[in-house]
Amino acid sequence: MTDLVPVLTDTWDSPRSWRLSTYEKHGGYAGLKKALRMSPGDLVQAVKDSGLRGRGGAGFPAGMKWGFLPPDDGGPRYLVVNADESEPGTCKDIPLMMASPQHLIEGVIITSYAIGCNHAFIYVRGEVLHVYRRLLEAVAEARRVGYLGTDILGSGFDLEVTVHAGAGAYICGEETALLDSLEGLRGQPRLKPPFPAVAGLYARPTVVNNVETVASVPGIVANGVDWFTGMGTEKSTGHGLFSLSGHVTRPGQYEAPLGITLRELLEQAGGMRGGKPLKFWTPGGSSTPLFTAEHLDTPLDYESVGAAGSMLGTRALQLFDDTVCVVRAVSRWTDFYAHESCGKCTPCREGTYWLKQILHRIEEGQGQDQDIDLLLDLCDNILGRSFCALGDGATSPITSSIQYFREEYQAHIDGHGCPFDPSASALFPYTPKTRTPGALAGAGAGGH
Amino acid sequence: MTAEPVETRASYDGETLASLRADAAEIMARYPDPRSGLLPMLHLVQSVDGYVSRDGILFCAEQLGITAAEVSAVATFYTQYKRKPNGKYTVGVCTNTLCAVMGGDAIFDELSERLGVGHDETTEDGAITLERVECNAACDYAPVMMVNWEFFDNQTPESAAEVTERLRAGEDVAPTRGADSVCSFKEMSRILAGFPDGRAHEGVGAGEPSLAGLRIAREQGLQEPGGPEAPEDGRSRPRPGEPGSSAERKPATPADTELGKDKKPGEEAR
Repeated sequence: MTDLVPVLTDTWDSPRSWRLSTYEKHGGYAGLKKALRMSPGDLVQAVKDSGLRGRGGAGFPAGMKWGFLPPDDGGPRYLVVNADESEPGTCKDIPLMMASPQHLIEGVIITSYAIGCNHAFIYVRGEVLHVYRRLLEAVAEARRVGYLGTDILGSGFDLEVTVHAGAGAYICGEETALLDSLEGLRGQPRLKPPFPAVAGLYARPTVVNNVETVASVPGIVANGVDWFTGMGTEKSTGHGLFSLSGHVTRPGQYEAPLGITLRELLEQAGGMRGGKPLKFWTPGGSSTPLFTAEHLDTPLDYESVGAAGSMLGTRALQLFDDTVCVVRAVSRWTDFYAHESCGKCTPCREGTYWLKQILHRIEEGQGQDQDIDLLLDLCDNILGRSFCALGDGATSPITSSIQYFREEYQAHIDGHGCPFDPSASALFPYTPKTRTPGALAGAGAGGH
Repeated sequence: MTAEPVETRASYDGETLASLRADAAEIMARYPDPRSGLLPMLHLVQSVDGYVSRDGILFCAEQLGITAAEVSAVATFYTQYKRKPNGKYTVGVCTNTLCAVMGGDAIFDELSERLGVGHDETTEDGAITLERVECNAACDYAPVMMVNWEFFDNQTPESAAEVTERLRAGEDVAPTRGADSVCSFKEMSRILAGFPDGRAHEGVGAGEPSLAGLRIAREQGLQEPGGPEAPEDGRSRPRPGEPGSSAERKPATPADTELGKDKKPGEEAR
């Protein structure tokens, strides 16, 4: 049995957990004090040695990303924190910043010191008002006691932090779209290379890191590399937030070493709601191929999940029991991708539009016999041909659900409609209102 | 056909304009490049007009020295910028997959029927703009509703309807996790422009689902012999490397085997 390891969550149950004083009482800012006595190069090396990998989904080694910055040329370099948490199922950074924003702020200061940044940005999605309030206040509190500003703790190091609210666009979680958005433009991805390390914000060397990644840095500095590598697996080191949602008895945040399995997590979370069987789940958000009950024992580390045909992503475990129609689930995710496609590249813009049309007609009982193959063909023309990972992600739920549940798609086509009662999956009893054919069109309405 | 003369300057009254200019200057000063201030500046004009008005677009363009078309291009990209006057409260029901199957669809349908409006439509009294919203990072609290982007967790059709009725009656309504009461759309927009309202210390730090794993870890720390030690204050610290920790696990994953070693870090990137 793998034990849970509260590190980032450790202060969340304290009274007024978001206050700087609470964080310091629990040992906060010990990492910064230690870091300021180290050389920036040694800090980068320590994070490299820790094996910390990006917690925003891609899993790229954080220390290596920092190390990609070119040598100091006297001009500015930036740290930009990606706090645009929007991947369906992902709900870890928002509670972290709500309950313990100082974890992030301390990480920002240490990371900035390590990479030679004097102005850092936190780009938080605009749809979380109270989290934005808490972040602004956390920066103000840190500034009042001298953790931010000039000559921080007498080290000679200066840092300003700007917390920037987005305005509603999933694509801004893609790091180069985020940078364009932060520059006051439409949030569309940039062609890479050049990578942000070379030409990022204002075309200057920039590190873009996820909230949880940055918040993990103070612990590594304070407790040491061995402490961190003592958790997880050889290549997926350390702790991570596993977010359980859906038909589970106790949904929520479970902080554990990487490599824990869903079976172990489910034991902690009281199993599936009402003892119903697990039908399918996402290991790392809706953009990661679905898993089924056969993957309950797959260790949730980057390598094992990849070897099993999916991606660890953001450890957003959305669990669905056998009351859920997989076609309905996938169709709704597809609405999301069509809505959020930024429109820059044709395969994604047009492809998600067509995927949505076909899934809607299957759901509404108008599916045709060749539609399943048509979906797969469309996915084949989107995957790997899109400008950024949004298009790839849009195909994941479709291809994986057809892989595991092709007969369920066929049943919708053969039976001219959905064989499931949509109310059976809800947490409360209700009688579904009559849906006109146009009613579904409202889902994922809008678009850019 | 003769084109109407186009007014190219914002027509705010003197007092409003002076206040907007002062705020815009403060916004632009936060960034090395003032253009970065456009998103907060659009939130700012929404705090005055209740949407991104024509005047608001012209104002932003004037401040930044860019064209109205360039401002419009940005304003139309992001869903939080409204192109017509918004209700006092944006009520957003998450109908992305997880919330939808947990009951979000039923909640949206109930509100739509009771309020007599569909997606992105506003009630006649101007109180509520109803929206389907995408995943708002609170899946462990599904089904979720947002009112002016404050969290209303674990909703039912009845609880959601009660919230909207109280909002329409002009009552103060408290979110589950957020300030002590929901502010107006204009007040919210001002905060999002980076002008806080001093309410950061209201509300809870975390709801129960956010603490689910922590609670169990605390119990394990207190009860399990050989598990993490529990200091006197009841807090447990992970002790990796000690017997029973994950570090003790036998190599069992591809990371520990030849198979995993072939994979480059970040190879499964997204």
